[in-house]
Amino acid sequence: MSPVVYLGNGAIALAIALSLFGILLFYASIRIGSPGAAPWAPAPWARAAHYLNFALMTAASLAMVYALLRDDFSVSYVAHVGSRETPRWISAISLWSSLEGSILLWVWVLAAYSALFVYLNRERETALFHWAGLILLVIQCFFYLLLALAANPFLPIDLPPLNGPGPNPLLQNHWLMAVHPPCLYIGYIGFSVPFALALSVLLSDRSDLSDLSDWTALARPWILFPWSFLSIAIVLGGWWSYAVLGWGGYWAWDPVENASFMPWLSATALLHSMMVQERRRLLPLWNISLAVLTFLLTILGTFLTRSGVLDSVHSFTESHVGPYFLVFISLALAVSLALLLWRGASLKGEGRIENLFSLEVLFLFNNLLFLSFLFVVFLGTLYPLVVEAIRGTRLSVGEPYFNQMTVPLTGMILLLMSVGWITPWGRGEPGRFFRQIRGPLLASLLISALFVLLGIRNPAVVILLFLSVLVFFVILFEALRHGGGSPRWGRRIAGLTAHIGALIVIVAVSLSSAYERDQEMALKKGEGVLFGGYRLTLDRVVAEEVPQRFEVKAVIQVERGGKPAGILSPQMNFYPNSREPIGSPAIRSSLLEDLYLTLIHFEKDGSSVSLRAMVSPVVSWIWVGGGVVMLGGLWSLISGRKKGGEGR
Amino acid sequence: MQRPFLILAILMVLAGLAYLLWGGLEENMVYFVTPSELRVKGEGAVLVPVRLGGVVKPDSVRMNGAVLTFDLTDDIQTIGVTTTKAPPQMFQEGMGVVVEGSLQPGGRFLAERLMIKHGNEYRPPATGEMPQEIYKSLERESDR
Repeated sequence: MSPVVYLGNGAIALAIALSLFGILLFYASIRIGSPGAAPWAPAPWARAAHYLNFALMTAASLAMVYALLRDDFSVSYVAHVGSRETPRWISAISLWSSLEGSILLWVWVLAAYSALFVYLNRERETALFHWAGLILLVIQCFFYLLLALAANPFLPIDLPPLNGPGPNPLLQNHWLMAVHPPCLYIGYIGFSVPFALALSVLLSDRSDLSDLSDWTALARPWILFPWSFLSIAIVLGGWWSYAVLGWGGYWAWDPVENASFMPWLSATALLHSMMVQERRRLLPLWNISLAVLTFLLTILGTFLTRSGVLDSVHSFTESHVGPYFLVFISLALAVSLALLLWRGASLKGEGRIENLFSLEVLFLFNNLLFLSFLFVVFLGTLYPLVVEAIRGTRLSVGEPYFNQMTVPLTGMILLLMSVGWITPWGRGEPGRFFRQIRGPLLASLLISALFVLLGIRNPAVVILLFLSVLVFFVILFEALRHGGGSPRWGRRIAGLTAHIGALIVIVAVSLSSAYERDQEMALKKGEGVLFGGYRLTLDRVVAEEVPQRFEVKAVIQVERGGKPAGILSPQMNFYPNSREPIGSPAIRSSLLEDLYLTLIHFEKDGSSVSLRAMVSPVVSWIWVGGGVVMLGGLWSLISGRKKGGEGR
Repeated sequence: MQRPFLILAILMVLAGLAYLLWGGLEENMVYFVTPSELRVKGEGAVLVPVRLGGVVKPDSVRMNGAVLTFDLTDDIQTIGVTTTKAPPQMFQEGMGVVVEGSLQPGGRFLAERLMIKHGNEYRPPATGEMPQEIYKSLERESDR
């Protein structure tokens, strides 16, 4: 038997034992109370369980990568996703190309977060931190048990096959496969820490917090970091879908996309409402509820994508993890609700709302809008599943539902954003507000008029553009006025950056979805077709054999304005483990527009092909905007560590 | 004095949302049906967008210029499908497909999308689908 099998199973078993041990020790520390009350302090040993778990999972994950690279088919996971012909970098990232490996990656990231959290707070020997350490071990324990019982990647195979099928063809097509899943995991799993902190605030006596708003300062970096990664992961997921799947879009309100988006919405609401608690000592219980909700949504998302209730590239094969996740979600929900009801009453906000025209009220509406957005997505995602479970009829909720609902909500969020950046805490002055909004309003009206003159007439797009430009100018004027003078400047400019990133995404999404053109066309060899300002000529159809697959390419000459503009070769990839070929679109990308070609059909003698051609404006700005959002989030994390003074 | 005002504003936003949801969800649901289920609905199914799933009936595929017609069956009922969309490379008789569109007054199904139904388990290609067959007749990149 392969040593990897021993190592992997040993690590999982030991991690389960260590977690239980650590849970007991943390509980003992909580019961003992203040350090020094007992001759022996158990907390350092409990923290050691965290460190050891991280070491064990690191070893197990690296051992699996090693087995994948060595094509060790006596390990069940390798026999399932490996193949000798797969390029080695794809073998290495196959760690997350199927269920068992992805759960292993999950616990590795979770153990890393937990170990880092207890290490950074090792000096704070209080009930709050001991509870947090305990809860993180409970979550880990669930995932270790899941690995051991339902999704073990380290099962021994007595008669190893000579070769394996290789990973799902869709997952061996693009470099984004190396980036999107890890980013998503860093995002998703990171919300375990704020969840643990939120429950700890409810469970402990909070004697170590000078007041409740300390909680937000404590949790802030642990929310901003995963939030930044989740933001980029969602965008990268869209980019992957665009570059690989060949339908020309990047977002279809597909349940798996929604699963990644829902925790982002609640975490974004939390990032805003936390500021209300920090500055005005309001909404403590609300913030804790949002931290709990975000975590539950990540587990729900994992259940949706991994249990096989959905037909998707993410659900891999029929799996047995569904019931485990359902039990875990139910337990986490029940415990959180019970704690919120039982201990929540003790969390009273000390502040109060003095005036309706104030930033705290605007943030209240911000939360209302983000949660409405979340509810819309939640309903559209889960309604078909519920109906199917109850009535047995299969249905799907169409994209128009999501677009109808989310476009107005996005508009309202933008409106709030523009007003919010120039409204102070406490009490705003209408006179000052109008002086501040005048300039941006004028500038954005002029620019929107220009857009209309340029031919953008779709009313929803014009309104979204107008509001986005308005927010942009409000932010710009605000930045210019303050310069580096204000004490919270670092955090503020980081926040401005994240918002500008969001604006870029919103504008690029509205323009690209409203003004994309697509057409199916049949091309004979040597024949040219005009489309969207391009001339497309089929030069030849060629086949090429590479180790893991073979490829059929339509070589298309692209001309723009009579000048050659390169060659695009949309292709079909034939994999030995797949009945249907997997297309790879060819994209000519620029900052203004993308030309996107998909090969739909080819004649076997190479005489003609059917193509789908698309021209979408400003698509690449979506990926840029996602990067800017992430930068803003991480920047805010760094600049928030220095204690700023009051005022702005 | 301000609190009721605030609560009223929040309630108004929520009421607006509920109103939108009420209409939006019902209007945009697309049911997944089989040919038998579609036939049972009779006239009520005409021009209602659905996803129709079944098997392409052998000897029914005709390509007439850019117009593709074939019969979709679930072994009980059969519905004629018309589409102008180019079929995917592997489209062939006997294959499970899903079409999106609606039943027309004449009784034919007009499809705006044509998808091949595939499970998550990747099956090896059957005879006739072998990639090598396709590959043989094409120019090879290495020959150039």
